[in-house]
Amino acid sequence: MNKFFQRWTVFAGLIVVWQVFGMLAEDPFFPPPSDIVTAAWEWWVLEPENVTEHILPSISRLLSGWAIASVIGVALGLLLGRSDRAMEYAGPLLVFLRSIPPPALVPVFLLLFKGGTSMQLATIVFGVIWPVLLNTVDGARSVDVTKVDTSAVFQIPRYQWVLGVVLPAASPKIFAGLRVSLSLSLVLMVISELVGTDNGIGSQLMQAQREFDYTRMWAGIVLLGVLGYGLNTVLLAVERRALAWQPRSRDEQHA
Amino acid sequence: MSNMLEVADLGHTYGDYEAIGGLTFTVRAGELVCVVGPSGCGKSTLLRTISGLIAPSRGDVSLKGSHLAVVFQDYQRSLFPWLTVQGNVEFPLRSLPRAERRARAAEALEWVGLSAAAKKRPWQLSGGMQQRVAIARALAFRPALLLMDEPFASVDAQTRFELEDLLLRVRREHDTTVLVVTHDIDESVYLGDRILVLSKSPAKLVADLEVPLPAERDQVTTRTDEAFVALRSRVARLLNVGGKPAVDVEKWAAAERESLSETVSS
Ligand SMILES: Nc1ncnc2c1ncn2[C@@H]1O[C@H](COP(=O)(O)OP(=O)(O)OP(=O)(O)O)[C@@H](O)[C@H]1O
Ligand SMILES: [Mg+2]
Repeated sequence: MNKFFQRWTVFAGLIVVWQVFGMLAEDPFFPPPSDIVTAAWEWWVLEPENVTEHILPSISRLLSGWAIASVIGVALGLLLGRSDRAMEYAGPLLVFLRSIPPPALVPVFLLLFKGGTSMQLATIVFGVIWPVLLNTVDGARSVDVTKVDTSAVFQIPRYQWVLGVVLPAASPKIFAGLRVSLSLSLVLMVISELVGTDNGIGSQLMQAQREFDYTRMWAGIVLLGVLGYGLNTVLLAVERRALAWQPRSRDEQHA
Repeated sequence: MSNMLEVADLGHTYGDYEAIGGLTFTVRAGELVCVVGPSGCGKSTLLRTISGLIAPSRGDVSLKGSHLAVVFQDYQRSLFPWLTVQGNVEFPLRSLPRAERRARAAEALEWVGLSAAAKKRPWQLSGGMQQRVAIARALAFRPALLLMDEPFASVDAQTRFELEDLLLRVRREHDTTVLVVTHDIDESVYLGDRILVLSKSPAKLVADLEVPLPAERDQVTTRTDEAFVALRSRVARLLNVGGKPAVDVEKWAAAERESLSETVSS
């Protein structure tokens, strides 16, 4: 309980300060939190079709883009991580591709996919695959030699080697990558919705801004924050369960 | 008795560093052979070539039977922290049906006295218990040959005695053929039916000694046995070739005997 208070007092304090200043300043750019909450209520609770038309499609884009990137990233990462030859060939290409800022590819995907969901998915996948891929490569490489020798001596089948040794050994790194990717997915989801579409949280933000409805704009921004926080919390819980096997002592932590 | 392992003129060179300089020996079925040699003489290299982890530069290794198991010195790292103790023991048995895997793991854990710890994670166990998990895993695999690389080097003296007796018991009960690498002369005499003494790097065979002790051994009586003490001195002398004369060995043996009886009685 104490910890809970400690964590949230600063946050709650800031909101109070914002509320007071917002009410005093009466600046249309910075409405007080109470107005924002009211706007959110009117926008999403009183008009639930906004939820099904904008919020849910956004979330589903974000999650599918992230899931596709994660599956490809982990599979490719395990392969590259355990093969020096493959890494030698693919390494420079990866470094090059990773250096391209994903938003710069939005116009390309816009042309390729003529807008719409596939263009948004492509943007998200291309943008968030790198942390997963590179972390997986790193994790797969770090399987400790005694475990490699043990697996070799017992002549275990290939699927067991990949799924039973390399994957779990790399999983702490993989989860680190997944977390970075998830927050990036949110960013790219918004960016991909700013152009070429008229549904989704991102497009609603743009629309509110164009219509000078700053309270709604803020409501959208807060929603994105809440969404990011919620998704991260869920992933952390999953990670804690999946990595429960990790020793809690200092030695052998990443073996 | 048939030969389980035949090693013929085995040599290994790392780059231009010769680690093993031509070894020829055999291990008979059901035998426990100890390999002793000075630190860095190539004992681990020998085990790695026998187990197929590295290809020897020259010579032949032929093993009767298709599979062997290795208990690595670094037992902590050879166990998988994401698997339970039971999962670790089942690790090499993936090709078997589930029920049989279970049964074999349970059986092997019983041999080493760890049935109660089956659901724990290896890192929740003490060093000696972890080493027993590694031994159980190797035994569950039913290998034609069990290789052990300084298996008890990093546990305390009391645990070491227990593990030595455990090894003697399970290999007698299950007729396992074992090759143990150690740098501990006492251990080699206590455990072995035969001792292979290696020279400094590049390792060559200095002696191939039969151990004239009964199969039943005991930490207190065996270690004070005339034959034990004599063989220990002989191995020590062999390992000191070119070094100091082995005058101190007898004195050291007496001191050892005393400290041993203290350890056991305490
Ligand atoms: N991968 C390697 N590359 C080059 N040299 C090596 C390699 N592995 C071992 N050596 C060298 O070969 C020699 C024998 O090594 P090995 O590990 O087989 O000795 P050992 O008898 O097991 O030693 P210890 O008693 O310390 O365990 C050592 O001098 C070592 O430095
Ligand atoms: Mg060694």
